[in-house]
Amino acid sequence: MEESLKGVLPDEELLRFYEEMALCREFEESCAEQYAKGEITGFLHLYSGQEAVAVGCTAGLEPRDYILSAYRDHAQAIVRGADPKRVMAELFGRSTGICKGKGGSMHLFAPECNFMGGYAIVGGQFPIAVGLSYAASLRGEDRVTACFFGDGAMNQGTFHESLNWARLWELPLLFICENNFYGIGTEVHRASAEAILHRRTCGYDIPSEKVDGMDVMAVYQATKRAAAWVRERQRPYFIEAVTYRFRGHSMADPAKYRSSSEHEVWKSRDPIPNFARRLVAEGIAGEPLLEEIRSRCAVQVQDAVRFATESPWPGDEEIWEDIYV
Amino acid sequence: MSEMTYRDAINLALKEEMRRDQSIVVFGEDVALYEGAFKVTRGLLSEFGEARVRDCPISENTIVGVAVGAAMGGLRPVAELMTVNFALLAMDQIVNHMAKVRYMFGGQTSVPMVLRMPGGGGSQLGAQHSQSLESYFMHCPGMHIAYPATPADAKGLLKSAIRDNNPVIFLEHELLYNSRGEVPDDPEYLVPFGRVAVLREGSAVTLVGYGRMSILCLQAAALLEKEGVSCEVIDLRTLSPLDTEGIVASVQKTGRAVVVEECWQSAGLGGDLAARIYERCFDRLLAPVRRVSGLNVPMPYSRKIEKLCIPQTEGIVQGVRELLTSSY
Repeated sequence: MEESLKGVLPDEELLRFYEEMALCREFEESCAEQYAKGEITGFLHLYSGQEAVAVGCTAGLEPRDYILSAYRDHAQAIVRGADPKRVMAELFGRSTGICKGKGGSMHLFAPECNFMGGYAIVGGQFPIAVGLSYAASLRGEDRVTACFFGDGAMNQGTFHESLNWARLWELPLLFICENNFYGIGTEVHRASAEAILHRRTCGYDIPSEKVDGMDVMAVYQATKRAAAWVRERQRPYFIEAVTYRFRGHSMADPAKYRSSSEHEVWKSRDPIPNFARRLVAEGIAGEPLLEEIRSRCAVQVQDAVRFATESPWPGDEEIWEDIYV
Repeated sequence: MSEMTYRDAINLALKEEMRRDQSIVVFGEDVALYEGAFKVTRGLLSEFGEARVRDCPISENTIVGVAVGAAMGGLRPVAELMTVNFALLAMDQIVNHMAKVRYMFGGQTSVPMVLRMPGGGGSQLGAQHSQSLESYFMHCPGMHIAYPATPADAKGLLKSAIRDNNPVIFLEHELLYNSRGEVPDDPEYLVPFGRVAVLREGSAVTLVGYGRMSILCLQAAALLEKEGVSCEVIDLRTLSPLDTEGIVASVQKTGRAVVVEECWQSAGLGGDLAARIYERCFDRLLAPVRRVSGLNVPMPYSRKIEKLCIPQTEGIVQGVRELLTSSY
């Protein structure tokens, strides 16, 4: 049963959740268009459907907390504060991109807002998150490190090595599994002997819970509680956010391994219209206000596309820059 | 100057640097309580405490990745893999992460870490514990590789590695740990990267080595001197950056080169060095460049045949003799 939103957070915070989710959706759908036009090339993994996870989790963390992600990383970076213009320019491969056009879709990085990177080797970010957490801990910085990953990453050795390590060294890490049920085309139960994923942390004495990843408020509240727990005890915690990607694994994937009925069920749980419905039902916003928010997001994304389109390509000399300090 | 072993020189470099800079941390398998499988980290835990000197679970890929993250987060980690052979378990973090995060993130981060790894063959440890993987690392941009031959360089190169803002792979030869030599006492003794050491001057042939191979080159040069052959011995010190100019300068002088590599010959660093020499010294060469290499076989255990698989002093001497009688 859905809890009331009213009173949990101020209205403007709730509207911010809505706006951030709408911005991410608008951004991702625009990326799909730009990919179709050939402006964005290479791999492109879109986040549509999973917005409640990035928005709810980020809101439940402090700005000083570190966030790391995998290759489906646009939303986490943008919600954290990366400029959508520079993210779009990165996807266009332009010199104004957030990583000068050298990273691309899968390797966003925004240290000024403590977004510590998108990593494209499945599970590659786990040890790096442990290292960042260790550094923060030793340097006396009050930071939680939130490490996002997909269900598929839980079958990599680094997952097990890093959970074990995080617990052994008593590090303030929050592991956030975005379980969208498919590692490309392989469904969870065909890849994980224990398909109830959050149970898999018991071997490392790390407490865990499952949360509805289509409900931004539930994700926010779970993250807020978990982050406080991690901060206070200086120990790792694990959240499994159950979610769904509305598109294929990447733009190259037509997702024929999923039935249309399954897709429809999840579409009916779309986190954005459902949250809108609740905002309206509770009198927090009227449809005109929500429409205004959506328009604002659309304009922001159009601006981002224009900025990217008009930005220069990297100079040839950039090839040799940034390899060494 | 103080006389000490290669092992103690590394230990001294670690201690001096850790005293100088609080952000330096040491971790690896059995490096703290056990003081290192080769006792290189002796005394570190008692002097610097558990926060800065830590034992790790046997998780090589994660050891490297934790060092990468810790370096991105403001520390200067010196991580140890018990032997270089285990680096193969960590190649994802070494190649895909340690060497790439700076570039793919557009220069917005750096990875000031050192990855220490003992290695090399000759101790009858069998196929999985006797490898020389330096060519694997040299293939990858984004990191430096140091491989000291002498105790003095062990100290000076490690101190430079720790102070470098790039990731550095620091290779140590297990058979050199007990070798002795004079080591400068100066806590600011730094050996720069990317500059060869001329260990011995000569005129007839250039012997190019690194790590333990440089020591064998010196032995070979001493034997050849008795035959009236003057060898120049070049120790690479760092495999990356590679001092091509230093090699070229010597070969321009002597007109002949023998490249000695402990690793397998196929697609190994010896072939790369030979190509560089041909590209730059072709019209000066009096004979083809000769490679003395590890044999392209998994290392056998039995000492009778193991030694045939690793370059030996006699093999280098033989190589030089053949080179002197050959021409195009």
